[in-house]
Amino acid sequence: MSVDTEGTTAALAARDYKSSVKPVWCPGCGDFSVLSALTKALAEMQLPPEQVAVISGIGCSSRIPAYLNTYGFHGVHGRALPLGVGLKVARPELTVLVSGGDGDGFSIGGNHFLHACRRNVDITYIVMDNQVYGMTKGQASPTTAPDWSLSKLTPEGPGINPFYPLVIALASGANFIARASTSDPNGTARMLVEAIRHPGFSFVQILSPCVTFQPEQRDWKKLVRPAPVAATSDPAKAARRLMTDDNLFVGILYQGSREPFQPRLENRLEHPTELEEQFAV
Amino acid sequence: MSADRSKPPAGGADYTVDELLAHSLAIEAEAEERYTMLAEQMEVHNNDEVAKLFRRLAEIEGKHVAKVQALSGDTPIPHIAPWDLRWQGQSSPEAPEFDDLHYLMTPHHALELALQGECYAAEFFADIAASASDATVRQMAEELAQEEREHVALVEKWLARYPKPDRNWADDQDPPGQE
Ligand SMILES: Cc1ncc(C[n+]2csc(CCOP(=O)(O)OP(=O)(O)O)c2C)c(N)n1
Ligand code: SF4
Ligand SMILES: [Mg+2]
Repeated sequence: MSVDTEGTTAALAARDYKSSVKPVWCPGCGDFSVLSALTKALAEMQLPPEQVAVISGIGCSSRIPAYLNTYGFHGVHGRALPLGVGLKVARPELTVLVSGGDGDGFSIGGNHFLHACRRNVDITYIVMDNQVYGMTKGQASPTTAPDWSLSKLTPEGPGINPFYPLVIALASGANFIARASTSDPNGTARMLVEAIRHPGFSFVQILSPCVTFQPEQRDWKKLVRPAPVAATSDPAKAARRLMTDDNLFVGILYQGSREPFQPRLENRLEHPTELEEQFAV
Repeated sequence: MSADRSKPPAGGADYTVDELLAHSLAIEAEAEERYTMLAEQMEVHNNDEVAKLFRRLAEIEGKHVAKVQALSGDTPIPHIAPWDLRWQGQSSPEAPEFDDLHYLMTPHHALELALQGECYAAEFFADIAASASDATVRQMAEELAQEEREHVALVEKWLARYPKPDRNWADDQDPPGQE
């Protein structure tokens, strides 16, 4: 426990948000830094762990709920967003975070990504982007460079244009869009706090090296740099900025003011058996 | 590794007593937590010798946390948000960075990392001691720097027991790639 700003009450520290499960990630993996940043962010917000749910799909990055002391759900590959959206709609009082990888979120889950941005439910989506399918031993993902030839499946590189998550998020209506880097865990923690606090669908892409299958990503920490301009609330300005983005600028790009989607719940059923009755034959 | 990790902010390091205590607590607590996480990684990867070393280092840093708390006496140490802590570079001076690890690393590598962290921390506090305008801050920072220097000496002694491994230390007969 640490001391809070007034120094009067015992508070939750970052380690209080960690579970006792030891991560099985490769030593050196960027995802450790994401875990550290996320627990720092939760500690700064002093969110009670039982009021937070972290929902993921499948992948190395998607293992993160197991390493946290919050509620968690390790879902089906690519389906983390519908699970998270459903949970938030049903339990609006919870802080819902959805997390996973570039494969989970932009390949098999790509369709859900577009519609979650569009729907603008008040959740935060954290993608640990390593431009590869780490868990299945290093195949190209939608964010892989066209000439990346380290996988035997694509010996000459995938040869197709990468997916630009920030562009898609902006075009689809996400209300908060940012990019962070694992080389700056404290800066990432701050960005996560801002993303969680911002109403509506917040998207944070975290550049998180896969040291095993994308070893050259170790150099990202020398290449990333703060975005030269502050966040904007004007989507047209954000779009113009993205025209000159090289995927290595770090910072908050866009903070919109669209009203989050939250259906009224007063007509909902009290118990799932009532639903069963409606469908009884 | 960020080269300036050890340095207080550019343009001076005139911390107040509260700020110095908050920074030193953050540094030691982060080091304790980081070594614990590194130990866990080595345990998961069956590198027991290095895991034990990291556990031991976490224990030492834990004692350091208690010492910093004792330095402040009955006055609670104020909390500073991690992103408002002031030092050059992006990570705290003492804790090794996550990407410094390798699953086949040897005790020599682990101790080299620890040595670097202790040196950075000693320099950090020494820089504050040299530039603070407040006499209490100077004295406290010097005390903290001295503590870190003792750790440097301890780690150096350990390191002497573990000579540099041969250059093929990372060779793996069954590597994780797609070979
Ligand atoms: C329906 C389904 N299809 C394929 C897989 C195999 N699979 C497991 S993880 C994964 C990709 C993970 O990549 P990413 O989301 O980028 O996570 P990373 O491991 O890189 O963190 C795939 C294709 C699966 N588990 N389920
Ligand atoms: S394979 Fe890559 S993404 Fe998966 S744990 Fe290892 S380094 Fe991390
Ligand atoms: Mg991936």
